[in-house]
Amino acid sequence: MLENFHLPIGVWVSDVVDWVRDNLKAVLDLISTVVSFLVEGLSDILTAPPALAMIVVLALIGWLVRSWQLAVGTVVMFLIIIGVDQWETTMQTLALVLIAALVTVAIAIPVGIWAARNDAVSAAVKPVLDFMQTMPALVYLIPVIVFFSIGVVPGVIATVIFSFPPGVRLTELGIRSVDAETVEAGHAFGAKPGQILRGIQLPQAMPTIMTGVNQVIMLALSMAVIAGMAGADGLGKEVAAALATIDVAKGAEAGLGVVFIAVYLDRVTAAAGAPSSYRGSLLGALSRRRASARDARADAAPSSPEASTMPAGSARELV
Amino acid sequence: MLVRAEGLYKVFGRRTHDAVERLRNGTPREQLDGATAAVIDASFEVRRGEIFVVMGLSGSGKSTLIRMINGLHDATAGRLQINGQEITTISDKKLREIRRTSISMVFQHFALLPHRTVVDNVAYPLELQGVGQAEREARASEILDLVGLAGWGDKLPKQLSGGMQQRVGIARALAADTDILLMDEAFSALDPLIRREMQEQLVELQQKLHKTIIFITHDLNEAMFLGDRIAVMRDGRIVQIGSPEDILTDPANDYVEQFVQDVDRARVLTAANVMEKPITVVADGAGPRTALKTMRDAYSSAAYVVDRNRTLVGTIEDRDAIKLVRKGERSIASIIRKDAVTVGADDVLMDLFIPSVESKLAVAVTDTDGHLVGVIPRVTLLAALGPGPGATEEITIPAQPVPTTVIDQVLEASEDGEPLAASALGYEEAR
Repeated sequence: MLENFHLPIGVWVSDVVDWVRDNLKAVLDLISTVVSFLVEGLSDILTAPPALAMIVVLALIGWLVRSWQLAVGTVVMFLIIIGVDQWETTMQTLALVLIAALVTVAIAIPVGIWAARNDAVSAAVKPVLDFMQTMPALVYLIPVIVFFSIGVVPGVIATVIFSFPPGVRLTELGIRSVDAETVEAGHAFGAKPGQILRGIQLPQAMPTIMTGVNQVIMLALSMAVIAGMAGADGLGKEVAAALATIDVAKGAEAGLGVVFIAVYLDRVTAAAGAPSSYRGSLLGALSRRRASARDARADAAPSSPEASTMPAGSARELV
Repeated sequence: MLVRAEGLYKVFGRRTHDAVERLRNGTPREQLDGATAAVIDASFEVRRGEIFVVMGLSGSGKSTLIRMINGLHDATAGRLQINGQEITTISDKKLREIRRTSISMVFQHFALLPHRTVVDNVAYPLELQGVGQAEREARASEILDLVGLAGWGDKLPKQLSGGMQQRVGIARALAADTDILLMDEAFSALDPLIRREMQEQLVELQQKLHKTIIFITHDLNEAMFLGDRIAVMRDGRIVQIGSPEDILTDPANDYVEQFVQDVDRARVLTAANVMEKPITVVADGAGPRTALKTMRDAYSSAAYVVDRNRTLVGTIEDRDAIKLVRKGERSIASIIRKDAVTVGADDVLMDLFIPSVESKLAVAVTDTDGHLVGVIPRVTLLAALGPGPGATEEITIPAQPVPTTVIDQVLEASEDGEPLAASALGYEEAR
């Protein structure tokens, strides 16, 4: 009975893809131009200075937000990358990941805010996010290649789609778990919705949102190899080539590069999201100095509250 | 009237207006399917400058009620006026304007913004009002001084203890400089000792600032201590509105009566509530004979002396009066002692115990001009602490002891093994 039952979903999708390619060419071209300009531009910037100077900059960033240990680790990791001759490809992958993450965050955070403020949007977004996260990445690589042909652009687009969900989810979660009483306080003092978002919700949701950004970057990195298959220059392309020729040595070296970038980006973004937990960082040291200056001023103040507000009534009752 | 509510309803859930109709027709609150009635037919008025306490257990609707006053909850039915302005029907924009300028709020768990310093938290309402940074920081520091947090402005809220955090919450509400202050269980999250201190500080602040405060609490002692008037809520309805003394001495129903059983009466009832008419009083122009008679009739060894305006002058003792009578003097002026122990009419019973112990007479109660308005014998003070309707009424003083001379006679007679002397029995009959 079911042998004649057939749903031509594949054909429909294919038709839609063809229609988009034929009719939205101007839009696709614009996206393509902008994305490739951004990735190649950043890649050029990263590879322009001498590798050692670049390593020093990366190590300093690590120290600034986290610790001197991370700075030392950064130097070691990137020296190894130079040692296995993957510096240029590593910087290309870094550029792709950073741009993809930037685009993702720029879209995901507003969507997350919208979902947090509107239950209907939240309900509608959820299945879409599930779909994006579970559909095998190689599957949506196909239409993306149809739209943008081989190269760095389909790599970035596929990466954006794959890394999008945690950005939205953690933004929504962060805003929804802001202490409801503080939001109520905002309303009670007459704040407008926008003032409540900027002044109360976003600042308190920031650690969770930064966790989302960290997750976005990690997922973007995990897409590096897929992006390489789509033709994006970088470590992914090396891995794909090693796979094609069963070259264990090359695969290991390129894979190591991905791991090192991942470790570096993870530690840096995690620390940037929770600056107060990293007291060894340069930023932490600076804010501690400011805080102690503040405390010194506070302690120099004439009265402590307990002493100044001991009310007459309670003294009387002690008699 | 600053706040006037008439027949306010708040129903959550489905078909809310339907539910209001059914409640009006007498359907009990439990039989509204799908709808939850939080506030039912609440009518009350809050006068300018008073502390109006709404008291009830959790689930009684008091938090919903306070949130209707500043529009955080819309009323399902009924009218609510702030300063003559109807709140239930105005636009969001107007409502925000009223919240910025007329009503501020203090929250149970402080609701401070954790990422802002104390001074920035206090300045927050001013920021929303559009006050410039320099001015709002100056005003915020001023108010921090007022609540006793001078010098703490640069700290973050989490660096402060609970009591201090709530002072910041109060400072923030005061910074808005609104007429009306809503306080939602403002001290309930604090330790008992700190809570007591904060209550006293609030009363002190109120004496300076004369705000109109609507205070929510589940703690009857707190309600009694703070409230000029108290509304008792139960299951969404206001069951009684009255002064603390009214609620305590004349509970509207069994529920309120059960509630007030646990009240610390010593902190609620005042001298004026329990005092009795002074009997042992002598005018300062009277002679020693009159004074002595007065004391004898009252079985008292001393008496209060007042002048023509009933201003308390002092006390006299019977021994001194007897000497004067023997000397044949006409005026008691020479024996008036300035040792009268007095308390104010508004003093709570808690503050009367020590004076009561120290006083040789029933403690004298005077008004602000020093007039003798009543006395409180120790038994009265003791009786007032117990539960029951009779506690604040006049009580009969137990029979006076038989004079020692009579007892001596009786004892002497019985030692001889003879029947009691007629004179001893005669004493009893004479009484």
